[in-house]
Amino acid sequence: MSTIATEPLVRAADAPRRRTIFNERIQSFVVLLPSLLAIAIFVYAFIGITFWISLSNWRTLRPDLTIREPLLQTYADMFAMPRFQADLRNTLVFTLMFITMSILLGLGLAILIDHNRKLLGIPVFRNTFLFPYALSFIVTGVAWRWIFNPETGINLFFDILGINTLLVNSGMEPLRPGWVTDPTVVLQINDIIASISPAFADSIQMKLGVPVALIPVAIAATWQLSGFVMAMYLGGMTTISQDVREAARIDGANEWQMYRKVIIPILKPITISVFVILLHISLKIFDLTFTMAGVGPGFATDVPAIFVFEQMFKATRYNLGSAAAIVMLILVAVIIVPYLRYSLKDES
Amino acid sequence: MLKRRVILFALVVALVALPVLVFAQASGQLEVFSWWTSGGEAAALQSLFDSYSAANPDVEIINATVAGGGGSAARPVLQTRLAGGDPPDTWQVHPGAELLGQYVDADYVVPITDLYEANGWYDVVPQALIDMVSRDGEVYLVMVGVHRGNGFWYNKPLLEANGIMIGETLSVAEFMTAAETLSAAGVDPLCVGDSGVWASAQLFENTLAGVMGADGYNGLWDGTVSFSDPSVLEAMTVYGQMLDYQNSDHAALTWDQAIGKLMEGNCAFSSMGDWAYGEFVNAGMEDNVDFGWVSHPGSDGAFMVVADGFVMANGAPNPEANAAWLTTLGSKEAQEAFNPLKGSICARTDCDREAFGVYHNWSMDSFASATLTPSVVHGTAAPADFQQALNDAVTLFIVDRDVEAFSEALVAAASMSGFGA
Repeated sequence: MSTIATEPLVRAADAPRRRTIFNERIQSFVVLLPSLLAIAIFVYAFIGITFWISLSNWRTLRPDLTIREPLLQTYADMFAMPRFQADLRNTLVFTLMFITMSILLGLGLAILIDHNRKLLGIPVFRNTFLFPYALSFIVTGVAWRWIFNPETGINLFFDILGINTLLVNSGMEPLRPGWVTDPTVVLQINDIIASISPAFADSIQMKLGVPVALIPVAIAATWQLSGFVMAMYLGGMTTISQDVREAARIDGANEWQMYRKVIIPILKPITISVFVILLHISLKIFDLTFTMAGVGPGFATDVPAIFVFEQMFKATRYNLGSAAAIVMLILVAVIIVPYLRYSLKDES
Repeated sequence: MLKRRVILFALVVALVALPVLVFAQASGQLEVFSWWTSGGEAAALQSLFDSYSAANPDVEIINATVAGGGGSAARPVLQTRLAGGDPPDTWQVHPGAELLGQYVDADYVVPITDLYEANGWYDVVPQALIDMVSRDGEVYLVMVGVHRGNGFWYNKPLLEANGIMIGETLSVAEFMTAAETLSAAGVDPLCVGDSGVWASAQLFENTLAGVMGADGYNGLWDGTVSFSDPSVLEAMTVYGQMLDYQNSDHAALTWDQAIGKLMEGNCAFSSMGDWAYGEFVNAGMEDNVDFGWVSHPGSDGAFMVVADGFVMANGAPNPEANAAWLTTLGSKEAQEAFNPLKGSICARTDCDREAFGVYHNWSMDSFASATLTPSVVHGTAAPADFQQALNDAVTLFIVDRDVEAFSEALVAAASMSGFGA
C-alpha cells in the first residue's frame, strides 16, 4: 500500500532533479564557453597556424602561406644549422646543470631549515632564500652579468683576495676565467661518436660537449629558483606528522638517515612536481640567457628561444622561427603530457 | 531672390573650398616612428621636428620612438603594426635591401618620385645614393644623413710612443707591421667590443672592402662575385689575422666601451663607423692630436654608406603632413641643422662645409670622390635573412677560424636570399 502511495511521489521528485542536472550542465557549459572558445582560438588555433607557417615559404616581411616543397624542408635546414644544433646541446647541458643544482641546493636548504625549525631567526633565513624568486629573470640576468664580467666582476675579487698574486709568484698563470665570454667546450664527445657512427658524426656541425660559458648562467638560474624548490620541500615537510619522525627515531635512525630513508621518499610527489616545473622553465628559458650572455661566443650560451626571436624578428624568416617554436613545443609536451597523465590518474 | 541665390552659391563654394584651403597647409597629426632615443640622436631628431614645425605650425607631431640599439626593439613593433594594417605616417629605414626588400616589395610604402622632381633633389643627391633607394625608376626614401662605416680610429700618442706614423691611408700590410710592433710592446693592437656581434661583422665587411676593393665588394651584392671567390677567402684570412690582434675581453664589451679602451691607451686601433667620432668629442679629445683616423686598412677607395631616411607609408593616416615632413627632411637647411648633431654628413652635396668640423669635411671629400659601397651590417647591401646569416657565421668564425666553413655558409645564405653568384 505504502509503495503504491510513494511511487508517484518519487517520480515527481525525480523529474525536477533530472531537469536541474540538465540545467546545471547547460549552465556550466554556457559559463565555460567563452574560455573554451578563447583557448581554442588563442592556444590551439595559434599552434596550428604556427605549424602551418613552419611548413610555408614565408621568409620575408610579406606573408606567404604557400607550402614549401619538399615538405618539412625548413625543419631539415634547421637541424643542419650549426647554430640550432648548438642550441639543442645548450638546452640539454643547461637543463642538467640547472635542475641538478637547484634541486640539491633547494633540498639542502629545506633540510637545514626543517632541522633547525625552532632556532631563533629561522623565518629570516627562509624568506631570504625565497627572495630571489620574487625577482624577474631580467633583473637576475643583468646583475649576474656584472658579477661574471671578466674585467669588473668576480675576477677582481680574486685579485683582492691575493689568490692571483700567490699564483703568479709561484710561477703559475693568474686565475682570470672568461666566464660567459669563454668559448671553450669541455668534455667533447665528437670523437667517440665518430668512432661509433662516422655518418652521424658528419652531420654534427658543432662541438658536442659542455660549453663552460653556460656554467655561470646555470649558477644564476639556480640562485633564482633554489629558494622556490626549498619552499616546495618545506611545504611538504610540514605535512609529515611528528609520529613518522618519532617512529624513525625509535627505530634507531639518526637525523641524516631519517631524511634520506624516510622524509625524502615520502616527498617523491613534490620532487616530481619540482622537476617538471624546473624542466619547463629550463626548456623555454629566454630572458635570463638573453640579458646575461646573449648568444655567447660561438653560440656557447644560445638557446632555442633566442633563435626563434632572432629568426622571426631580425631575419624575418618566419618559417624557420616557427619551426623552432614547434620543436620547443614538442620538447615541452614530451615532459608535460606524461606528468599530466600521472597527476590526473593520481587524483581519480 | 537672385541675391539670395548668389549668397547661397557663395556659401556652398566656401564650404567645399574650405577643406582644400586648409589642406594646402598641412594640419592634423603626423606620427614619426624611429629608434633615435640616445642623447645626440634625440637632439638631432628634435632639430628636424623644429625645422618642420617652423614651416607647418598646425601639425602636431607624434614622436613614436622605441629605444634599443640599431632598432632591435623597434623593428618588431613596426612589423606588427604594418602586418596589422596600422602604419605610422613615416618611419626610419636604411636604404637598399632593407627598404626595397622589406617595405617596397611588400607594398608597405609608396613612391615619392614627385617630391624628388619638385624639390630638385636629383641635382644634389649623388646618383649612386638615389639608386640605392629606387626600384623601376621610382624613388622611395628621403635620406637625411650619411655615416661613413669604414673608419679606422687610432690613439695618436700611443702610436707615436711606439714609433708608428700613420699617413693619409693605411694598407693591410702596413697595419699588420704596426700590429706586430704593438704586440711586441705588449699593447693590444685592435680594440673590439662585440658583445653585439654586429661590431665584429662590421670589422669583417670593412675588411672585405679593404681586400677586394670597392668594385669587387659591390660585385658581391649584384651577383657578379661569389662568396667562394679567392679574394673573399683572402679577406676572411686577413679578418682572422686581425682577430688575433684584438683585446681578449672583446666579447664582454660594447663598441663604445672598446673606443673607451682606445682613448685610455689600452689598445691602439678600432674599426668603427663615424658615430665613434662623437665618443671622442664627448671625452674632450682633440682631432689629430689625441686621436686620428684613416679608412679601414685598404678601403680608402670606398665609402661604406650607413644612411638614414624616412618613407611615405602606404595608407598613411596623414599623407599631406607627411609630404611636408619629407620635403623638410630633404632640404638643405634641415640637413645642415640635423647632421652636426647626429655626427653624420648631409645626404646632398651642397651643404655648407663651415657648419662641420675637420673630420666631417674629410668624410665629405671621401663621399664626393670614393665609390659608395653598401653596408650589410646596417641593412643596405643584403636582405635581413642574409644579415642574420652573416652574423651567425661570424659568431662561429670568431671561435673556430674555419675559412672554408665561413665561405660555404655565406654562399648558401646568399643563394637562399636570392642574390648569390
